Amino acid sequence: MAARAIWKGVVKIGTQRVPVKLYSAVVDRKVHFRLLHKADHEPVKQQLVSADSGEAVEYQEVKKAFPLTRGRMVLLEKEELEKLEPEDSRDIEVTRFVNPEEIDHRWYSRAYYLGPDGDTKSYFAAAAALERKKKEGLARWVMRDKEYVGALRADDGYLMLIVLRHAEEIIAADALQPPGGRELAQREIEMAEQLLSALHGKFEPSQFRDEYRARVMELVETKAAGRKPKVVAFRPKKSKEDKLADSLEASLASLKGAPAKRRARG
Amino acid sequence: MAEDDDFDQPSGMRSFWTGTITFGLVTVPVALYAATRPRGISLKMIGPDEAPVQRRYVCSKDGKMLDADDIVRGYQIEKGKYVVVTDDELEAIEPRKSREIDLRLFVDRDEIDPMYYERAYFLVPAGGTNKAYRLLAEVMEKNNQAGIATFVMRAKEYLVAIIAENGILRAETLRFEDELRKPEDVGLPKVTKPAPASVKKFEEQIAKRAKKLDLHDLLDDYAERLEKLIAQKEKKKADIVKAPEEIRDEDEGGGEVVDLLAVLSRSLGGSASGTKSATKKRAPAKKAPAKKKTAKKTTKKKKSA
Repeated sequence: MAARAIWKGVVKIGTQRVPVKLYSAVVDRKVHFRLLHKADHEPVKQQLVSADSGEAVEYQEVKKAFPLTRGRMVLLEKEELEKLEPEDSRDIEVTRFVNPEEIDHRWYSRAYYLGPDGDTKSYFAAAAALERKKKEGLARWVMRDKEYVGALRADDGYLMLIVLRHAEEIIAADALQPPGGRELAQREIEMAEQLLSALHGKFEPSQFRDEYRARVMELVETKAAGRKPKVVAFRPKKSKEDKLADSLEASLASLKGAPAKRRARG
Repeated sequence: MAEDDDFDQPSGMRSFWTGTITFGLVTVPVALYAATRPRGISLKMIGPDEAPVQRRYVCSKDGKMLDADDIVRGYQIEKGKYVVVTDDELEAIEPRKSREIDLRLFVDRDEIDPMYYERAYFLVPAGGTNKAYRLLAEVMEKNNQAGIATFVMRAKEYLVAIIAENGILRAETLRFEDELRKPEDVGLPKVTKPAPASVKKFEEQIAKRAKKLDLHDLLDDYAERLEKLIAQKEKKKADIVKAPEEIRDEDEGGGEVVDLLAVLSRSLGGSASGTKSATKKRAPAKKAPAKKKTAKKTTKKKKSA
């Protein structure tokens, strides 16, 4: 079944234009629960209330404020905030092309497939050009009153647009001091490396399944049928401390016996 | 209608999961912290009485205001009919080792398509010693490896890649394969070979705009405009009023730490001093991360080694 396009726009690369449709590349498979009132099992909804009086407040009456220093705050009117909103547009403006490695994967947020909206020729030409040049484009666009920054990239002959998080949202790894301590012993490093290579394999996403999701659904079905779910006590595992070298050695020894079995997963 | 998504969201700054990473028989006790900050500038809501406005849950039938204890989770099996599932039941079906991220597979980092990455968390050493932590970080970073595992947290199973950068471990949740669509699933037309001439036109435009990445490209323009408006109004002294106690500028408030970076630095640094105190007869292990933070606050004075 073909997915539904969530938005239409035009990718602009200099003088070139590619009309596109956006499709979500991500499927939400989470088991969603509704929040219910315990007493009567009626759905719960959210309500705005005054922290002082506890009285309900209508959304239209709410003002926005930003705290300042010295116990002050500045009030912002609705009209003032509306003026800050971006102008409506269908343009996905690509201003810069960078090497894919320059884009930290932590910036990636939501991925969309772009599909051609009429002009298939320029669509596939743009994808092919990106692939040949081995570049990703940095794009900006406004979708439903919100501004987005994204990466335009080619994927198997198709175009994808990935929403990027803003620079301020990501804490760079070098902004932090790594934990310190006495220098690690060379022997420990070597053994750990051996352990890593013994456990080395290929990343095959199909090997991993969300088993817990299936179990949650089983629980729901059991209860829906009026049966009692089996309850198994949860036993936290105690972690062993210290004796790092011994643990490494023992790990390596145990791996020697049956490496294939230990590695099997999923 | 309220769903459980927003109900479950951890409040950014605190560590909300502690457990162990294991590789082989080596265990690394860690605490998990968010690695992303909330987006933009967060504005507070003020009611007509100038008091802060809060979001509360109310029963949709009798309008009763509810506390967290009055709320249960229900799965809708047909319209208006729910199966109630308790936290205990959800916990009971968690795998035994839900407090353990067992790394049984290490892969080359470049093998992971960035599309899989969902969210990043920092891992901070949480045990008495950080040696195993530093060792794992060192060998993974040096060999450009990521450790892969699944684990359950907050009633959801995660596929996770453990990555080391600058001596610090991160847990990055990955999407499961069935959470990502393929072009066929979307119904995109078959790839057709484009005319070389039109490919060339695009290539020219791309080449013209090939530059190095500039972080300015990733700035939040809306937040910037909002900041400007706030600064203007402050300067003109327009609409400035006394802030109610609850929404005072947190930086000058009761010493509550609001910067994630500061919290993280403290936790990372704190563990180093933890090693030192461990030599003096292993002080009683503090398990609760919240307590730990206050304990560290007092020892914040720089302990240069």
